[in-house]
Amino acid sequence: MKVSFEYQALAPIIILLASGVLSVLLEAFLPRTIRRPIQLMLVLASIVLAFAYVVINATAPLAGDPATNGGQLKGLRQIAANGSVAIDGPGMVIQGIILLVAFVATLLMAERQIDPQGDAFASRSSALPGSEDERQFTAQGWLQTEIWPLYLFCVGGMLLFPVANDFLTMFVALEVFSLPLYLIATMARRRRLLSQEAALKYFILGSFSSAFFLFGAALIYAATSSVSFSAIAVAMENSSLDGLIISGIGMIAVGLLFKVGAVPFHQWVPDVYQGSPTPLTAFMSAATKVAAFGALLRVFYVAFGGMRWDWRPMMWVVAALSMIVGSILAVTQTDMKRMLAFSSVAHTGFILLGVVSTSAAGLSSTLFYLLAYGFTSVGVFAIVGLVRDASGEATHLSQWAGLGKKSPWMASIFALFLLALAGIPLTSGFTGKFAVFTAAVEGGATPLVIIAVVASAVAAFFYARVIVLMFFTEPPVDGPSVVVPSALTTVAIGISAAFTVLLGIAPQPVLNLVINAGLFLR
Amino acid sequence: MLLTTLMLIPLVGAIVVFLIPAAKAALAKQIALGFALVTLVVSVLMVLGLDNSSGGLQLVESYDWIPAFGISWTLGVNGISASLIVMSAILVPVAIIAGWWDAENSSQGSVKGYFALILALEVFIIGVFAANDLFLFYVFFEAMLFPIYFLIGRFGGPQRAYAAMKFLIYSLVGGLFMLASLIGLYVVAGRELGAGTFDFETLTTLNMDPNTQKLLYLGFFFAFAVKAPMVPFHTWLPDAAAEATPGTSTLLVGVLDKVGTFAMLHFLLPIFPEASKFYAPAIIVLAVISIFYGALLAIGQTDIMRLIAFTSISHFGFIVMGIFVMTSQGLSGSSFYMVNHGFSTGALFLAMGYLVSRRGSKRIADFGGVQKVAPILTGVVLISGLSGLALPGMSTFISEFLVLTGTYAVNPAAAIVATFGIVLAAVYILWLYQRTMTGVPSQEVEETVTEISKRELIAVVPLLAIMIALGFVPQVALNYINPAVEQVQTYVGFTDPEAVAVPEGSGS
Repeated sequence: MKVSFEYQALAPIIILLASGVLSVLLEAFLPRTIRRPIQLMLVLASIVLAFAYVVINATAPLAGDPATNGGQLKGLRQIAANGSVAIDGPGMVIQGIILLVAFVATLLMAERQIDPQGDAFASRSSALPGSEDERQFTAQGWLQTEIWPLYLFCVGGMLLFPVANDFLTMFVALEVFSLPLYLIATMARRRRLLSQEAALKYFILGSFSSAFFLFGAALIYAATSSVSFSAIAVAMENSSLDGLIISGIGMIAVGLLFKVGAVPFHQWVPDVYQGSPTPLTAFMSAATKVAAFGALLRVFYVAFGGMRWDWRPMMWVVAALSMIVGSILAVTQTDMKRMLAFSSVAHTGFILLGVVSTSAAGLSSTLFYLLAYGFTSVGVFAIVGLVRDASGEATHLSQWAGLGKKSPWMASIFALFLLALAGIPLTSGFTGKFAVFTAAVEGGATPLVIIAVVASAVAAFFYARVIVLMFFTEPPVDGPSVVVPSALTTVAIGISAAFTVLLGIAPQPVLNLVINAGLFLR
Repeated sequence: MLLTTLMLIPLVGAIVVFLIPAAKAALAKQIALGFALVTLVVSVLMVLGLDNSSGGLQLVESYDWIPAFGISWTLGVNGISASLIVMSAILVPVAIIAGWWDAENSSQGSVKGYFALILALEVFIIGVFAANDLFLFYVFFEAMLFPIYFLIGRFGGPQRAYAAMKFLIYSLVGGLFMLASLIGLYVVAGRELGAGTFDFETLTTLNMDPNTQKLLYLGFFFAFAVKAPMVPFHTWLPDAAAEATPGTSTLLVGVLDKVGTFAMLHFLLPIFPEASKFYAPAIIVLAVISIFYGALLAIGQTDIMRLIAFTSISHFGFIVMGIFVMTSQGLSGSSFYMVNHGFSTGALFLAMGYLVSRRGSKRIADFGGVQKVAPILTGVVLISGLSGLALPGMSTFISEFLVLTGTYAVNPAAAIVATFGIVLAAVYILWLYQRTMTGVPSQEVEETVTEISKRELIAVVPLLAIMIALGFVPQVALNYINPAVEQVQTYVGFTDPEAVAVPEGSGS
């Protein structure tokens, strides 16, 4: 068999993974003092370069036969790497979103001015929490630069995940981006035991769900004799429904729904969001969700597209449960990070509304929602990381009282993000919600939209409660303050806020982009 | 462009006021007042330029906003919305003058913030009355909440945070149900026209299936009923009005609540004619309940501001009733009622606010004998109160009378029952007057209550003058309102029953 490898189409993935390898070497050979700036430059440069390649590919003139590249649409549409990767419009939009979010999250992870002891990560994760070792490393100002190679592999895996065109490539990508996340999640500088516990929980449940995914792929292979999405789609058209296919679809769904954090596979979300270093939470809440939804869309639209009448009821239930459980449990939380985690579960439900519409509008609205939500989510966690007292981040809700008085600007921007999460008009969250709700009604999911509206009403309550707390409550005497960050975090928050407003007021260019992205390549 | 300009003036004002250094509070107030007055002048010129023989939309301007969803920036006014815009443009400077010192002793908000928020609110008020793209209307409808939310939450009384939260949650929930219906309407329009749209005039041409109409209707009606507010969705209003500053309450009850009734008249009736007719009997029952429930609870209040809030719930009952009987008198009466109620309730809130700020208490029992120490202030309260109970000679009488005669033509039972609401109105106003103004002043009243100041008088006198003037020459407003009402009736396909027009000289 002739091996084909389309370098340009695969460039973004190759750049990230190659930088990851390079980064490991730098870690091994560079002296400790200069590692950090060089690693950081490598990360930023590879993300920017990869994004440039995504843009080049997405705006490339038509290649080949219009029938295969999707009619009159511009940009590359190519099945690459012997059929195991599909570079197409939606895939490139997802890659672009992941890279944008990763860029902003990198700025947050590089921040050193917030914590007087260093950055957000443990000075030395091999030192036991609370030990003399740890104290010494901290006192000497050690910074753990090993996070950067891990991070590069993670982003590289995320870029591959949504464009993988067969179950094996998809599984490899899943592991490539998940394993670094499990590791980085253990590395919070403060409250290390909590962080390690969260990471262990994430690892065990994550491995479990990966196993489900793999088992599902095996069952599908047994039923259709292929792991390739297009071949599976063809095989399913000709086969009647049988036990293998049904259980295969179910198990694949478990694996993917775990990654997006949908009910009932959401139990890890609050713990991991709370325990992880906050910059990582920011990255995870946005990028993991985007990548996993990209893969979910591809699997269910391409491979299982012909069976949509069979899997839609299941997705309906999951979407409804995610919206209801996420919103209601968020109301009961007293910790800011956990509240935002449950709100992210509810948002997963909203995004699933776009998925269950199984239409072009459903796909484009989901992409728009992911972009909108990604930026808002990064921004929200960036600010959560700034509110600190002597012992680290002050995430208990009561500690946020009166912040609007102490630092009106940060509190206002935080309020903006919360309003976007609540879906108030003129913010990106509203446009996204409107788009998925419309797609869902057109796709015949009106009852789900009504549930979504009720869930939004519940959600509005807990977002508004935080705003009341910040602006209308007297600050406690020994309350935390908002740390003034360096330019890195400021830029990150600025970019997120700008996207949140722009996508609310003038969403048309981005809507054009996601609509013109077209459909998945089969 | 005129309507967009009209929105830009207060917007620029809000930004300028916000940028003034916090130390220069006096300057901020003057600039805010200046912008509010310019807006008023421009809005009056706008109305004078209207052609009052036509009931259609005028000054229409339309630009694409989000073409992917068929959303456009479409503004336009008819006689009804234009009179409401002028009413709002009058109330804003009045509220600014009356509330000149209201923000001074707030623990949380800055003085300039208060005035910047009022101007920001005015932007959305004009927008919500002028919007003729349903989506744009929804955006203003929701955006309007936030200035008010902060005006209540930062500058209100001791329970302000609770009141602001309650207000916000009620409104957001109402708004979300409207959003669901809005999306449904968009999809229905998309199926019928090929592409979804939110353009008001296009939507009126749809031939919707009556059952679809009835479903979509509920979401819109719920949102508007919360906003209006109608019993049983009214409980946020007394809290909000009692905790807010009198100026904010004036804008909240005088203007914001009108958005609910205005939207019923302007959007619901024309877009969903079948469903409107289907639900009208039930809504009229709800309206009559509002009239009585609001009035009875007003009688039972011990807090002045809550009392006024409950009187408004009763008045909104009349307005809603007039709208859903769909006769020309009912609709004209309701439209005119919306304008009058803004002035009348505004004056009552402000005058009582003067008293409350002097005495430092909102409890009725803490007053008595005010007329001995502050006769002019008492006079202002009396005129506002009489307008509130719709005394003949006041403009409110005309509108209430029109609503009742318009109702009688199609639903005599409702009209007869509602008439008793007028009796209750006399009870709550006159009894309030008796308990606060007459009698022997207590020592505290003598010590604290002083005569109305010149600034305070400047704020309320225009309102009193307008109430009396419109009572004698209601044609000034009705000439603009009536053609628009005919247009609404055309949309609904409703013709007045014959019995309304009594032939001259028939002797009956």
